[in-house]
Amino acid sequence: MARTVWDSTVGKKTVMAVSGVIMLLYLVAHVIGNLKIFFGAGEFNHYAHWLRTVGEPFMHYEWTLWLVRIVLVAAVAAHATSAYQLSRRDLRARPSKYVHKKPRASYATRTMRWGGVILGLFVVWHILDLTTGTAHPGGFQEGHPYQNVVDTFSTWYGNVVYIVAMLALGLHVRHGFWSAAQTLGVGSRTRDRALKTLANVLALLLTAGFVAVPVGVMTGVVS
Amino acid sequence: MKLTLRVWRQKNAGAEGAMSTYEVDGISPDMSFLEMLDVLNERLILAGEEPVAFDHDCREGICGACSLVINGDAHGPERTTTCQLHMRSFRDGDTIDVEPWRASAFPVIKDLVVDRSAFDRIIQAGGYVTAPTGSAPEAHATPVPKADADFAFEHAECIGCGACVAACPNGAAMLFTSAKVNHLNVLPQGAPERETRVLDMVAQMDAEGFGGCTLAGECATACPKGIPLVSITSMNKEWLRATRKAAGGR
Repeated sequence: MARTVWDSTVGKKTVMAVSGVIMLLYLVAHVIGNLKIFFGAGEFNHYAHWLRTVGEPFMHYEWTLWLVRIVLVAAVAAHATSAYQLSRRDLRARPSKYVHKKPRASYATRTMRWGGVILGLFVVWHILDLTTGTAHPGGFQEGHPYQNVVDTFSTWYGNVVYIVAMLALGLHVRHGFWSAAQTLGVGSRTRDRALKTLANVLALLLTAGFVAVPVGVMTGVVS
Repeated sequence: MKLTLRVWRQKNAGAEGAMSTYEVDGISPDMSFLEMLDVLNERLILAGEEPVAFDHDCREGICGACSLVINGDAHGPERTTTCQLHMRSFRDGDTIDVEPWRASAFPVIKDLVVDRSAFDRIIQAGGYVTAPTGSAPEAHATPVPKADADFAFEHAECIGCGACVAACPNGAAMLFTSAKVNHLNVLPQGAPERETRVLDMVAQMDAEGFGGCTLAGECATACPKGIPLVSITSMNKEWLRATRKAAGGR
């Protein structure tokens, strides 16, 4: 069955949809966690520490966190691999362009591929910046995420990279969520409007929620 | 009407093609687009030139033979087939670009004629029912709920012209294949092959080199028969169901 799914364009789209939904669920949890930064260093740092102790005593320290990380890396790998293979196929299927060009499809639809690449690169920077601290401006302090976040968003490039990536995320979710519903066969004529609205609301809330943090640092609400 | 036409000319499948410019005069707004091309061809023949090759048959909008991407739109600016598109949709003095369907699965044979036999092979893979043929059976023998009958009929309207493929940025045949799958899969007559039909037709569609669906929605906008985009969703649902069943699930 795995073979038939992976060999089919419809199957690869299913892989994309499922992995996309997994990442989307993670993002919803992520944005809720991020917003705790507005309640002070104490609450934010406590929340960050809790992430490592989730599931104790059944799970050992950081086990749950690593489980989530493994699932996410698998989802990203599956999503990117199927996107790459499907895109290659799509470009081969339409080698010659029309002489008479017309603006086609919505902006969100047309930017799915490059938007996805931008998001992938962003995730690499984001992890190097705030998880490992490798690319962190100033001194990265393990166990002090509040200060680390403030440091990152005190640089102009930190703000630019982050906000551009979050706008790309909004566009990606807008077309991606609705598309995933169609791929998984959940969409229908009667549900279409509700699904499109839900996609837009999700995209808007995620982008606004994530962007609120750098804006908070820039305006001095978070310092 | 006086028009400037820029038409794709290509000697054969192997030759390089290019846009050629022609002036046509004395076009009536009541002519169909194909009649306008007939006028152009008559003049080309009289001038000793090679006429423009294009596909056409019934000229009633029901056979699916005519094609043409007109000013970047499959079947032109109106939501109909090229044969049912009339010159009143254009203005005197317009320049009109006429190109063939573009997709690697639809290679150009000559000028504006493309080889659409990939569609035939998708149909051969499962677009049929194994029912005894002959005279029409008694209509009440197999009851079909009204909603299912409407759904089947809506999809049966597909004339297989290929406008969906031509309009799709990925050269995908998802709308065509979904119309054919949904048409038969919803009916009791199509039930025996319900799973193999969708799996085999999708596999053949992939084998022909069509692209995948990114839900851009261009196909449904171009479709002269109004097959809706959600048709693809219904086929995806059928494909997932069949895949689960093939794996031993329910």
